[in-house]
Amino acid sequence: MKLNFELNGRKLEREIAPDETLLHLLRACGMHSVRGGCDTSNCGVCTVWVDDRPVLSCGYLAARVEGRRVTTLEGARAEAGELMNCLAAEGADQCGYCSPGFIMCALAMFRELGDPSDEEMRRYLAGNLCRCTGYESQMRALAKCAEGRRSK
Amino acid sequence: MISIQEYRFAESLDEALQLLDASRKNRVIGGGMWLRLGHASVKTAIDLSRLGLDRIEATEDEIAIGAMATLREVETAPCLRELFGGVLAESVSPIVGVQFRNMATVGASVYSRYGFSDLLTALLALDARVELRRAGTMALEDFLKNPPEKRDILTSVRVRRDGRRAAYRTFRRSATDFGVLNVCASISPEGDWRLSVGARPARAARCLEAEALLAAGDAAGAAKTASEKLRYGSNLRGSAEYRRALAEVLTLRCWDALKEGKA
Repeated sequence: MKLNFELNGRKLEREIAPDETLLHLLRACGMHSVRGGCDTSNCGVCTVWVDDRPVLSCGYLAARVEGRRVTTLEGARAEAGELMNCLAAEGADQCGYCSPGFIMCALAMFRELGDPSDEEMRRYLAGNLCRCTGYESQMRALAKCAEGRRSK
Repeated sequence: MISIQEYRFAESLDEALQLLDASRKNRVIGGGMWLRLGHASVKTAIDLSRLGLDRIEATEDEIAIGAMATLREVETAPCLRELFGGVLAESVSPIVGVQFRNMATVGASVYSRYGFSDLLTALLALDARVELRRAGTMALEDFLKNPPEKRDILTSVRVRRDGRRAAYRTFRRSATDFGVLNVCASISPEGDWRLSVGARPARAARCLEAEALLAAGDAAGAAKTASEKLRYGSNLRGSAEYRRALAEVLTLRCWDALKEGKA
């Protein structure tokens, strides 16, 4: 079937299978920041935005983005810069596999909640699993990033 | 894995129903959350996302939650934040993560009558009805017990604004997992109690005997009755015996929350 959608600000037309996942489509489009993890809509590694809302691309049918806007980390680099620096400075990206999904969800969180509390951050990011960091370094990075945002 | 031969955006509810009736292998797709873990060969997947069914609307008498509203929309809808002690938002907030809740829909959670459903447990403790395209409107409790034989399309869930306060408690082995047991209790301004227990692991059910004891002020008796009168089963997450113990504890916690005005 034919699919028309917007990927990181560019209009695209693609031929897809009716049961193709958004994860598969995005990687086929060269968006290699988007990764597969659990493949069962649980771990958050494959997070991208559809119409600015974070979703799990491994369990999202590509057919559903017809006429919609999809954003991956490749399309949110400028917005992600400060958070990426904070994550690196705090050693919160050890193997780095979960980082793009984590960053996409964290950016959505800042957009939605503005200046979230520590508790709100933990709740919002509960669906982003990380096997390296134990989350404390990520929380430090988020706090630092939030601090930077406040002082602007 | 669910395989799909054809994907269709329904342009009207009538068209969606026609497509559904055209083949047993045609299916309405809600959030598609079982895409990877489910097993089905679907001929035509019917998408309802263009039918304006994603609204959550409050009138003086009721709240109408469209079938395609996501669990995240239930969680963040301003009109649901205060109503019923905020219990609908609270019930969905532990489900996986924000991204998952941006996908999973109210309609699929309710129509599929999932045993593990947090939302069904909470809705059943309120005065909720389901609106079906073919069968019309029926009480959620009746729908859970005796759903219409012919496949249908759920268009909305309607909850009466009867001034109920409610409390929701769930026990999970780990954050973001399914509940081992879910309990929701509510009390109307007239003192009418409702108690719903879900993830038993069978689907949520009310315990009328326990409700009567709650109304009489016997919380300990009600909690014991809920753990004895309803049927509990065993699965990976817990044994029937463990669930019975949890039912007693969580019922008491709901009672405490409502009595102390924390819900």
